[in-house]
Amino acid sequence: MIERITVTTGHGRNGEADGMERLELRMGDVVSIVGPTGSGKTTLINDIELFADGDTPSGRRVLIDGARPPAEYRHDPARHPIALITQHTTFLSDLPVGLFLSTHAKIRCTVASGAVDLVEESLAFANQLTGEPIEAHSRMTELSGGQTRALLIADAAIICSTPIVLLDEVENAGIHRTRAIELLRRYRKIFIFVTHDPRIALLSDYRVVMKNGRITAVLHTDEAERIFAVKVSRLDDAMSDLRDRLRHGMRLDGTELRGLA
Amino acid sequence: MRLAICAGPATTGKTAVLRHVARKLLSLGHKVAFLKIDVQYAEEDEQLAAELGIPTRKVYSGELCPDHCSVMVLGDALAWAAAAGADVLLVETAGLCLRCAPYVDGGLGLIVMEATSGMNLPLKVGPMLSLADLAVVTKIDRVSQAEREVFRARIGEVAPRVKVREVNALHGIGIDPIVEEVLAAPLAFEGMQLRGNPPVGTCTICVGKKDIGWQSHFGVVRPLDNQTFYRGE
Repeated sequence: MIERITVTTGHGRNGEADGMERLELRMGDVVSIVGPTGSGKTTLINDIELFADGDTPSGRRVLIDGARPPAEYRHDPARHPIALITQHTTFLSDLPVGLFLSTHAKIRCTVASGAVDLVEESLAFANQLTGEPIEAHSRMTELSGGQTRALLIADAAIICSTPIVLLDEVENAGIHRTRAIELLRRYRKIFIFVTHDPRIALLSDYRVVMKNGRITAVLHTDEAERIFAVKVSRLDDAMSDLRDRLRHGMRLDGTELRGLA
Repeated sequence: MRLAICAGPATTGKTAVLRHVARKLLSLGHKVAFLKIDVQYAEEDEQLAAELGIPTRKVYSGELCPDHCSVMVLGDALAWAAAAGADVLLVETAGLCLRCAPYVDGGLGLIVMEATSGMNLPLKVGPMLSLADLAVVTKIDRVSQAEREVFRARIGEVAPRVKVREVNALHGIGIDPIVEEVLAAPLAFEGMQLRGNPPVGTCTICVGKKDIGWQSHFGVVRPLDNQTFYRGE
């Protein structure tokens, strides 16, 4: 069982070194990676996925529990540490949801009852993230964008064996993000959000700041930010309330924002 | 001469994978030649020659199955590659009929499959997968982690000894392990043989009898209710 993943100091595009001694990702951590487009977020993720060994453009090394991972980790896809959910990731299978999940669960479980439990747990998890319930008999291709993201996240957290789940800009998907992070914290994995969303960033344990290909800082969410996070969530909820009203053909007059200082 | 024969369904990214493999081999100081075998149209030879400045050729199999065409021309191709100063020959073929595979006993057999073609693809491609040394899975960023894992498990069911490597051929991620396998494969030698057994028989349709219905044919015949078939290796 992996306990921690370490990223050693590398450098950005102009050769300037990362601004941290080393980046330690521990099981159970919820991490955000923030930075402008083109700042090197994808490169950092690729470094982790490839178990970089000083052989990628950044020069970083990735260690598992403090040691260089054996060669088969780098070559054998079954050892890849990251389950990846991007904006482009989707389900291609046109199966009923229950059958699809159990197909996945069966390659993980030697006991059939174990697979049944995983499927139920995944569905229950996904249904807490989306407003429109997903039924076991719904077909995968009939799911809405929000339902699809919710199911991808539930499947990655519960059925996948990877120690790291990477969620690349999932904020646009229409899922309950606060609830998602609360639920994910129950699973002993490292959850990495690549995000531009203050709500997700402030609910993370810390955030890795990127610029020009290098890590400029690792900011731990402090007490003041934790308190402020509540306000950010209210502001965010008010915005989604505005969106809902707009969708339902209502006029907007500003009363929606009352109480937000 | 190192030889790698690459098969796989159309549009899976065989050329994209081989392009990155060739580029990496060149950067390691190897001399690479490329042969494309296709049925009636191909331009990959011209693309790779222009991009990488390596000797390339193509051959159209026409009325021959491309895998069989590969058997016919491979001896000549190895001599051509050697004369062109190459020490690695990459052969790309269009795997079509799923009843035999183009791999030989001297060199690496490589199948390229795309994760986007459905979780059951590994169950469908027969000896092209089961006789390969290495299964390269492309387009992994496009499918859910679940489908990616099931795809990988299905390869293991069909071909437990085949190594699986996942690549993002667009960005050249995951290419190094393939290059290592190419260079670790046994050298090509005089008197090489096809790895698997070709499927049995030529049917009467192949020789030009066009009448519909098995009653009009002889030799290899197949009524709808007869599902006993030769599965191959």
